[in-house]
Amino acid sequence: MNDPVIALTDARLSLDGNAGRVDILKGITLNVARGETLGLVGPSGSGKSSLLMLMGGLERASAGRVVVLGQDFTAMGEDALARFRRQHMGVVFQSFHLIPTMTALENVATPLELAGVVDAFERAEAELDAMGLGSRSGHYPAQLSGGEQQRVALARAFAPRPDILLADEPTGNLDATTGAAIMDLLFDLRDRHGSTLVLVTHDPQLAQRCDRVARLVDGNLADAPVARAAE
Amino acid sequence: MSLRNAARIARRELRGGLSGFRVFLACLALGVAAIAAVGSVRYSIELGLAREGAAILGGDAEIELTYRFADDVERAWMDSVADEVSEIVDFRSMAVVDRGGVTERGLTQIKAVDATYPLYGQALLDPAMPLNQAFAGRDGLPGAVMDPVLMGRLALETGAIFRLGEQDFVLMAALVREPDGAGGGFALGPRTLVRTADLGASGLLEPGTLFETEYRLRLPQGTDLAALEQRAKAELDGAGLRWRDSRNGAPGVAEFVDRLGAFLVLVGLAGLAVGGVGVSAAVRAYLEEKTGVIATLKTLGAETGTIFAAYAIQIGVLTIVGIVLGLILGAIAPLALAPLIEAQLPLPAVFGIHIRPLAEAALYGVLAAILFTLWPLARTEQVRAAALFRGAAQSGMQWPRWPYLILSVIIFALLIALAAWFSGLMRLTLWSALGLFAAFLTLLAVAWITRRLARRGARTKVMRGRGALRMALGSVGGPGAEAASVVLSLGLGLTVLAAVGQIDANLRGAIARDLPDVAPSYFVVDIQKDQMQEFLDRAKAEPGVVRIESAPMLRGVIMQINGRPATEVIGEHWVLSGDRGITYSDAPPTGAEITAGVWWASDYNGPPLISFSAHEAEEMGLTLGDRLTVNVLGRDIEATISSFRNVDFSTAGIGFILSMNPSALAGAPHTNIATIYADPASEAQLLRDLGTAFPNITLIRVRDAIERVSEVLSGIAAATTYGALATLLTGLIVLIGAAAAGERARTYEAAILKTLGASRGFVLRNFALRSAILGLASGLVAILAGGLAGWGVTYFVMDTDFRFEPWSALAIVIGGVLATMLAGLAFAWRPLATRPARVLRTAE
Repeated sequence: MNDPVIALTDARLSLDGNAGRVDILKGITLNVARGETLGLVGPSGSGKSSLLMLMGGLERASAGRVVVLGQDFTAMGEDALARFRRQHMGVVFQSFHLIPTMTALENVATPLELAGVVDAFERAEAELDAMGLGSRSGHYPAQLSGGEQQRVALARAFAPRPDILLADEPTGNLDATTGAAIMDLLFDLRDRHGSTLVLVTHDPQLAQRCDRVARLVDGNLADAPVARAAE
Repeated sequence: MSLRNAARIARRELRGGLSGFRVFLACLALGVAAIAAVGSVRYSIELGLAREGAAILGGDAEIELTYRFADDVERAWMDSVADEVSEIVDFRSMAVVDRGGVTERGLTQIKAVDATYPLYGQALLDPAMPLNQAFAGRDGLPGAVMDPVLMGRLALETGAIFRLGEQDFVLMAALVREPDGAGGGFALGPRTLVRTADLGASGLLEPGTLFETEYRLRLPQGTDLAALEQRAKAELDGAGLRWRDSRNGAPGVAEFVDRLGAFLVLVGLAGLAVGGVGVSAAVRAYLEEKTGVIATLKTLGAETGTIFAAYAIQIGVLTIVGIVLGLILGAIAPLALAPLIEAQLPLPAVFGIHIRPLAEAALYGVLAAILFTLWPLARTEQVRAAALFRGAAQSGMQWPRWPYLILSVIIFALLIALAAWFSGLMRLTLWSALGLFAAFLTLLAVAWITRRLARRGARTKVMRGRGALRMALGSVGGPGAEAASVVLSLGLGLTVLAAVGQIDANLRGAIARDLPDVAPSYFVVDIQKDQMQEFLDRAKAEPGVVRIESAPMLRGVIMQINGRPATEVIGEHWVLSGDRGITYSDAPPTGAEITAGVWWASDYNGPPLISFSAHEAEEMGLTLGDRLTVNVLGRDIEATISSFRNVDFSTAGIGFILSMNPSALAGAPHTNIATIYADPASEAQLLRDLGTAFPNITLIRVRDAIERVSEVLSGIAAATTYGALATLLTGLIVLIGAAAAGERARTYEAAILKTLGASRGFVLRNFALRSAILGLASGLVAILAGGLAGWGVTYFVMDTDFRFEPWSALAIVIGGVLATMLAGLAFAWRPLATRPARVLRTAE
């Protein structure tokens, strides 16, 4: 794979818990190519979300290297990682993680504001309109349904046109119909913007929509990621 | 509803410990402790006054006369009712020391006593000796004892010789403790004690000299003091006597302690109200956390009443813990500080654990706790079982049902009624409660307006591109924000402090700012009639003297108005309390404006006429033609008010409420007073020259007198400031509580912001700005509300003009901003330090 967007080399993650130190990721080596969609699957507790957090710089690897767009995350400080994310990454979570004290519009505009975009609110408004949420832009998260909240989260993630989109079980908290609609939207946006997508999911059908699927078992990659076309 | 089930649920819930209730306990305990401590100190002093009444007064009863000794009839009456009578003469004079051609003078309050003094207690002298031995003197000179302060001022050692009037005395000892020193009230000069018989040659007790005589009575055991007081007033009526007895040995001090204590309890109640905000917020936060539990209980079939009772029991247990903590603190603090407090008191206090003030504080605590927890508790009724499935979307302000509203009003009224009853200051309590309630509503309104403005501000185009400020505004204006509890708690604390600051500044300002330009250098009393011309000539010839004013001075008590007892006609008024200075003149004083009626002709010789101060006359409801009976030197003079005139007391110049026509008073023995306006540089010389030429006169340096008054006022201001600071401390605890309660939300927010690319600096700026916005709002409203309260007290109570004091106001705003920022930022470290992944994973 030439010039991977995300390159993990023997990446490890250990966390201190009440019951002692727990090894969550036990040496992951994995590359993700530009424009690729990668599905991360595996049983609960296998380390999928933790791997995604390493890719986003939201968690620091205990050992090994995490290089994203040529930047070595292991050598970067917290604020440098934040600046990197604001320029290159969007993240979508299972629990949406909208800021409860901000309206839908303000939530979407926040990453644009942080990036110093002059017309942050106009662009945020356009994103919400595109999601069919124009009429809900003044509402707070608590006033929106789960599906609406996740659409706001998608709009927020895509608004800065990120190179990489990380999605952590984005339909986990939604019913099947809403979940399917959200996934359609996610892949549609990715196709339109050409972002690299890493998607954590329990749903085999969803994983099938990705270019490649990587399976994690107990903190290890079960086998080399399988390209969908090769199956 | 099953109370047993409720108790069972409560017990299980409380097993989790009290860690979530630190703010609740701190707020309640601190509020109760402040009230208990103030109440305990007040009670200790009152107990001391009651127990030591006779010793403080110096007798079982006292008859005070102004300007004269008791006549034979009066003395005979006293001897007939008392086992023993002690005569004391009290007046101001100058102690003079000649030292190698240099003469030093110090103002002193002389107490001249007879051989029976003191009837109760003992004077403590240094070196120790009986008082009679001290008075016996040495080398043919009579002896005296003196307050060490005056000894220091005049550089006198024991054995030194000093002069009072024209009589030399040997200073035999320092007066360490005057047995009846506390009852006398405010004195301008330190005490000198001599024997009355030794003053015969001093020339100080000439007719007309300003002095008071106090006749202390040792009464037979079991004497009915109230009945004897009635007898004295009936049988010695018209003599202008003042009666005091051991039921209240130091009425001035007792009243002062009573008022200051009551006032401080009111400040303590403000503190409890601030604490109540914290208590309320803590209960609300706790119950919000319990929404899931409540919904589950409802799902399992628990009735609304059972759930309410379960949480009411929990809060009740916590309230008891908080109040007990507060009572322990409030009982111990005065004991620990007893030596310090006693050093500040002129009388003995009986420190100990007193049940009554503690019970009062506990009662306040219970009522405040119910008042402030009722509404949050009532919200348990509004939680539906469906909340389990809909998350915490059930927020927002909801009014409790009407029974809770009515109960709240009843408890509020009960609290005010209790405060009025305990403090005995009905009007002040009602005004304070009204003020507090208004401040509460204002602060709630300000919190609401701040949120609205912040929300609107966050959406304006101007804010775009100013991420940290826009987000801070958005957060202040957003749902579930801490605006209300921060603005309420800090705002209320700052309001009390701002009010005290404005009152204090105005009080000091009125003294320091208004007086120096116009005040005279010296106030001279006891100038005999035959000395007057020589005194004026000499004083005018002194270098640096700009102006001299003088007037005859007598003292008298207004006994009756139009033939009826004065207090019965007017009620309480300071002009009627005790004796007042009276003068006479054939022409109105220079510059005086006659506001009604006419001044008598210069040769008027008819029935006595009075010119009365217009302002006081209006307050007392006097009109032209009213007849006043004034007792002067034991003689009743009935005079008709023929004119009113403006008297300006603020200049410290000569001003008399009552002025009469010369023929009404000129025959009575009296002295003159004068004010000398002089260049400050020549004041010392003036004192030396006039003091040497006229040994019997007393020169009071006005600047010293003002300083002495300022000192007393500073003490009051300090006590009040401590009270306000206790309120502010409670406010800060509430603030810290609010910040701590918001820490989890802020950690979550910081994690999302960091995920979206915000640096830690940005997050910190965002947090700091929202704290600053709330602090600023609290500070501004505190200035407004505190300024208004300050104006009310200054204008209505102190009767002086109000001037807004910008520096203390600015300090309040800066303090408000800093306090909220510090409290907010103290709880910002965890949100900043925690990795986003951990926070977001926990929240999944």
